Amino acid sequence: MQTFPFVVHFLADTDLALTGADAAATLDEHALPPWWSATARRGQTLTLRPPASGARAYLGLGGGIDVPLILGSRSTHLRSEFGGFGGRSLEQGDVLRTLARETAVAAWRSGGLGVVPPAFALPARDPGTNDKVVRVRVLRAGEYDLFSDDMHETFWTTDWKITHQSDRGGYRLSGPALKLAAPVEMRSYGLVAGIVQVPPSGEPIIQLSDANTAGGYPKMATVIEADLWRLGQARLGSFIRFEEVSYEAAVDAMAPIAAYLGRIRRTADLYRSL
Amino acid sequence: MLDKLRSNGPTLTSERPALSEPKLSLMGTRALLLEAPGAFELGQQKRIWSLADETARWADVEETVLGVTNLLVVFSTPPRDLEATKAALLDAWHRLPEKAVSGRVIEIPVVYGGELGSDLAAMCAYSGLAAEEIIAIHSAGEYTVCAIGSSPGFGYLHGLDPRIFMPRKMVPSLRMLKGTVTIGGMQAGISVSTGPNGWNAIGWAATPMFDLTRSPPTLLAPGDQIRFLVERIEL
Repeated sequence: MQTFPFVVHFLADTDLALTGADAAATLDEHALPPWWSATARRGQTLTLRPPASGARAYLGLGGGIDVPLILGSRSTHLRSEFGGFGGRSLEQGDVLRTLARETAVAAWRSGGLGVVPPAFALPARDPGTNDKVVRVRVLRAGEYDLFSDDMHETFWTTDWKITHQSDRGGYRLSGPALKLAAPVEMRSYGLVAGIVQVPPSGEPIIQLSDANTAGGYPKMATVIEADLWRLGQARLGSFIRFEEVSYEAAVDAMAPIAAYLGRIRRTADLYRSL
Repeated sequence: MLDKLRSNGPTLTSERPALSEPKLSLMGTRALLLEAPGAFELGQQKRIWSLADETARWADVEETVLGVTNLLVVFSTPPRDLEATKAALLDAWHRLPEKAVSGRVIEIPVVYGGELGSDLAAMCAYSGLAAEEIIAIHSAGEYTVCAIGSSPGFGYLHGLDPRIFMPRKMVPSLRMLKGTVTIGGMQAGISVSTGPNGWNAIGWAATPMFDLTRSPPTLLAPGDQIRFLVERIEL
């Protein structure tokens, strides 16, 4: 969810899990901590409110949401208008069904179970700096060397604003124009989430989860996998600063995330075995 | 003999000249892009198809994404020895033959010009050709599908006549209609979903490119031959 308040009325007992931004969730009058799982009883109402920080909250439902499998996925491709719930965003009044749920964990019966949010569990990226600026680590990409030293300097030292023409498909950034000495007309190539491209206008684009699978703009850098979640939680109107890392450092940056997820898996397995 | 030739200048050497080497670049820690050297030639695309088949079988490869004379190889975990992985890709590139694909011939009727071919005027200005000439050149071409991607069912086409080369637009169209017949540099295509698009619109085709009720849902596949038929011209 990225539009708040978001309210769900449960028509049947349903296990739920909340992650992403802390949306000050309540189940009826009971406050739910962020990154929490619980069981909603038939007739209860879950309310998510505008988060104080972060952009997106996620609600998982026990068993999964019962929408058709299309090309092996239940996700939505909004631009092509297929997948998920009729190929569109949810609207007020929609009724979702869940698939058969697994046996709930005992802890959920007694008020719920949660994990430490990654913003607390993982090393901070921007200590002491303006919290409107998200620092993300990047590796150079294919056309970096085509840009002049001045353009490199601009790329690394600008606080790039995330414009309102941004969504899950990608962020359009605003700031000084990054220009090539001579324009290049590239053949299109497959891309990954996090790639920073420079279109002819000179203002960079970061391709994200719902991006096209291929594109043809010169590519300056790629946000490393370990920082993609921070990028995904950056709000429209806030700023991004790029910070160069080595390949080795980018690989090592995944270790704390892997350790964090490993701890959660082990704890969940422990509860399941109780 | 060889020594003599070498001493006379940069002719015969056992090493390939640097210009014929593909370009390899990182896209994050888990993906490498291999771009074929040289011009936009079908032979290079056929080698990319072979490379895609080969690398898709490698144990540490999660996914390969075909591009236009390039291949993105996505690994399941970051390669521990990046240089060795790059060397393996280069070795495969040099070793593999072109892949022979006998694609289908697909004819696509096009309404050229008019509101849905709104960049024709800019193309006339860029190329110095009349709109009728651009249409005649575009519809006379024989195109080959290099890759499917970007949006579901979109085919990147090889075979554009260099006389109607047109750079992508400085400012993308915000809402280009699905079915728009387009040119992006030396690449041709037919857009598959309505939305922002940086390619140049020269006409429109009703042929559905993607249909979930079909198997496979994409009309086009790499190696297919495309011919554009003039259904109507609106100038």
